[in-house]
Amino acid sequence: MTRYIVMTLLALLGTADASAKDPGSRIWATGGVTTIEGSAGGGLVPWALLSGYASDEEWSGTINLSQARVDDYSLSVEAASLNWRNRIELSAARQTLDLDTLGFVLKDNVGIEQDELRQDVFGLKVRLFGDVLYHPWGQWSAGFQYKRQRDFTVPEAIAAREDSGVDLLMGASKVFFASIFDRNLLLNGTVRGTRANQGGLLGFGGDRNNHYQWMAEASAGLFLNRKWLVGAEYRQKPDNLSFADENDWWDVFIAWVPDRRLSVTAAWINLGDVASLTDQQGVYLALQGNF
Amino acid sequence: MSANKPHLSLLLILALTATISGCQLQPSPPGPDLYQQLGERAGIASIVEDLLFLIVDDERINQAFRGIDVKQFHRNLTDQLCQLSGGPCTYTGREMRELHADMAITDTQFNALTENLILAMEQNQVPTGAQNRLLKALIPLYPDVRHL
Repeated sequence: MTRYIVMTLLALLGTADASAKDPGSRIWATGGVTTIEGSAGGGLVPWALLSGYASDEEWSGTINLSQARVDDYSLSVEAASLNWRNRIELSAARQTLDLDTLGFVLKDNVGIEQDELRQDVFGLKVRLFGDVLYHPWGQWSAGFQYKRQRDFTVPEAIAAREDSGVDLLMGASKVFFASIFDRNLLLNGTVRGTRANQGGLLGFGGDRNNHYQWMAEASAGLFLNRKWLVGAEYRQKPDNLSFADENDWWDVFIAWVPDRRLSVTAAWINLGDVASLTDQQGVYLALQGNF
Repeated sequence: MSANKPHLSLLLILALTATISGCQLQPSPPGPDLYQQLGERAGIASIVEDLLFLIVDDERINQAFRGIDVKQFHRNLTDQLCQLSGGPCTYTGREMRELHADMAITDTQFNALTENLILAMEQNQVPTGAQNRLLKALIPLYPDVRHL
């Protein structure tokens, strides 16, 4: 699957010349990039923008490869999405979390042999009203992410209750033109109803809390020009498992959007404590192609 | 435990929406130097000329501009951008809403025109900040052009 995505990305790059038809009419970078859960957004936080560049008479798609490497874990994500008329976004993502250090801890302490945790995420996002650039109230979207944890032995052992769950999402995004230093500023706020532990990779619900909770997620990005966006994201998290504390996530990112076909994102991410291993920080890299 | 969490989410969202509506309540007029940064009326005329060339080549929107009086369009749009940027001009064309009433402009077409304007400004070496300020001055015309 990864190889197929890389080849498709290279093919898209090869056609990225002036004569090639653009993958949609929305203004550069207004499709955001791809989150680790497949929805359009930053790296960790979904935005109310819909993926790709389809405007109201068009459709578009994205494919994305990303990798996060923090102190004791690495996460790989393969994702794709479709956008119909800038109204409906459908997305799918497969996450693979390499347990690295935790794999040894589990084997030595509880006798479980597990070196990775996988999860599939299917997302639907609908633009309710507005436009991120042109509407005074910005753009408002709502949606959900259906998540299926595929390796449940470890989450079950640490008291997670379910191996699948649904996150409910509602958010707003708006670009303020000629803001700080006359640069365009993108602000985004999202609330997420969720029972997911570490995004769902550690299952859903737990012994400490088993209910839906509303979490706040926010991000801000400044367009240095139309090709470079720098910003930061914050994602509040539930804390459902008594086995180990779960912390909020944050990151600072830079995204390069040379044209509508391609974007490259780099970030410094801080995931806090993850499954008893403390202060997980590291780099995030993502490559996205649009068609 | 985490009783304050929903509270915090609400606060964040409220703060954000307050920012959004707050910024809309006080539209700041473009400063006196925007007109200079665009190259005064001659610079704006050159931007509009390049914009017209881009429109002609753009199959998303060139049909909508068929049959226009190019000279008059060029003069009117130049005057309009000159006036919007704080220059000593007066737009004498028809009112924007009335002008676009029967055209059924789509978001796709509006985006295409925005894109071409940005490209025309880039071709004329308009600095990024000045581009953004002109776009900010033009955004309030969106509902009139789209006839919303």
